[in-house]
Amino acid sequence: MSDPIIRIENLVKDYRDTRAVDHLDLEIEKGEIYGLLGPNGAGKTTVILTLLGLTEPTAGRVTVKGYNATSEPIRVKTVTSYLPDEVGFSGSSTGLESLVYTAMLNRVPREEAIESAKELLDIVGLGAVGDQKTKTYSKGMIQRLGLADVLITEPEIIVLDEPTIGIDPKGINEFLDMIRSWSKEQGITVLLCSHLLHQVQKICDRVGILVEGQLLAEGDIHELADELFGDREASITAEVDPVTDSLIRELKQTESIRTVERDGETIRIRGKREAAPLISQTIVRNGGDLYRLSYKEYGLDEIYQYYFEGGGVKQ
Amino acid sequence: MTVDSDTVRPFWVMVQKEISDHVRSWRFVILVALIVLTTSGSIYTILSVIQDNPAQLSADTTFLYLKIFTESINNLPPFITLIGFLGPLVGIALGFDAVNAERDKGTLSRVISQPIPRDYFINSKFVGALIVIFALIFALGFLVLGLGILYVGLPPAAEELLRIIAFLVFTCVYVAFWLNLGITFSIVFRQSSTSALCTLAIWLFFSVFYSMLVNFLVGATTYSNYAARTLTVMLSRISPEFLFNELTTILLTPSIRSLGGLSFEQVSGTIPSTLPLGQSMLLVWPNITALVAGTLICFGISYMLFMNQEIRA
Repeated sequence: MSDPIIRIENLVKDYRDTRAVDHLDLEIEKGEIYGLLGPNGAGKTTVILTLLGLTEPTAGRVTVKGYNATSEPIRVKTVTSYLPDEVGFSGSSTGLESLVYTAMLNRVPREEAIESAKELLDIVGLGAVGDQKTKTYSKGMIQRLGLADVLITEPEIIVLDEPTIGIDPKGINEFLDMIRSWSKEQGITVLLCSHLLHQVQKICDRVGILVEGQLLAEGDIHELADELFGDREASITAEVDPVTDSLIRELKQTESIRTVERDGETIRIRGKREAAPLISQTIVRNGGDLYRLSYKEYGLDEIYQYYFEGGGVKQ
Repeated sequence: MTVDSDTVRPFWVMVQKEISDHVRSWRFVILVALIVLTTSGSIYTILSVIQDNPAQLSADTTFLYLKIFTESINNLPPFITLIGFLGPLVGIALGFDAVNAERDKGTLSRVISQPIPRDYFINSKFVGALIVIFALIFALGFLVLGLGILYVGLPPAAEELLRIIAFLVFTCVYVAFWLNLGITFSIVFRQSSTSALCTLAIWLFFSVFYSMLVNFLVGATTYSNYAARTLTVMLSRISPEFLFNELTTILLTPSIRSLGGLSFEQVSGTIPSTLPLGQSMLLVWPNITALVAGTLICFGISYMLFMNQEIRA
């Protein structure tokens, strides 16, 4: 890894007697979309707050673009924009005013700020309501205004904390597409924290799984699956009539198949990818009628289940 | 970091925002209406008396302009009493939800993640509200003065003007004390209703119940008149309200020569005249110090609490 733009080294953060972050090491490259995935209370927000210098770590070091987040927070905050979870705007200001205010806090002159605020409002699809007070906005609109608010400071790094909560499914897709295209066009580094794996899976280049303050696994989706399940194992379900013992026996003997489970007319098989055609051949050879054959590779779903539902958390 | 000459410094952007938020809020409009309505009654009565029948005013008619602020006619409370009573409400209203409301709305973390030092947030809250208070109090005071000139037809003497300005400045300090108390509670409590109730409870305690409590305590413990009086004054001075009332009364009534009693020896041979401004100021200097100190201590506490508080809810 060449020169990561965000480097978290051995980070520890204690709140009274609970340890929110436990010796965390994390590196994020420039221009990448990194998804920090974890259940509620896993320490995601704490990591973000430390990253922005908004809270002091108990131990460890966070550097952003070479600046120490704890001792030079203003430099870090100059290149970083943060969309907090449950972001809000002062209800008595309009959307446009809110953006201009943020820009002016970043030392952008008023006229320039108004111009880029209008542009951004168009981009996030709020151009028509920019002059309305934000208290009339829906949750989805607020979230999009939040995105515009993050982008108006022309950041190099965007940190998004649970950005899709409260948006409807269609809105979520638009929202994520917007983040992804923005990041790829401008080379912006994105750190996205969420407990919703499908969204993380959809746009992130790399994913880290954070549980109880520790990074349990890291990598792109395929690497994660490999790391967890060794060879790319798939789950194959077949519906066959009739299911004979010889069929089951033969399946069990096939090299690329690990386990076979029989459940009435359904056979559940775990095995390698190349097992699928062999299975159908075997069934036909044994005189069975094949009604359905479904094939599923392990995705983040399984990974998520594996970790969050007891799995490898405590080892 | 380079600073363009034509960019506004972020701190003043924040102060501007504070001011516009306050001035546009219903809360502020209602309070101003309340103050204007109550004081205009009292001022109007006094002005008509001055115009028609100045003999009704107490004793000497020197310092006529000061009398506009202090005289009570037909049992209407004078301007200084009304301001002493309603001023704290203004301070509390501007301060009680300064921090926790922003936290609730989700604007706190957004604002302090901008490239600004963290204390800008609390400082701008204080400075913004302070500017609003100064503007309000001075506008009110000068309006009364202007009305006075219309009715009286004479310009105020320099001494009167100075005393009135000093009175207005210390009123601002007094209001700022309550403002800071409100801000402090807005940091301590996460619910703005809790912080509002707490500040109001303290205000109510000092403005209504504290004097009763002092009288009760003194009545229960002392026998001689002199000791009772000293003890009463001593205990009362714990209350910022009492300090402020003493201060304003002395500033606007030059004929008062002492805060406590004077012995016969001290009085013998004195000419019953009014005090110059410097001497009046000297008389209330401890009160001034106490009020300024109280304001600063409250601000210091809120500053420390805010800087050490975790941002996350």
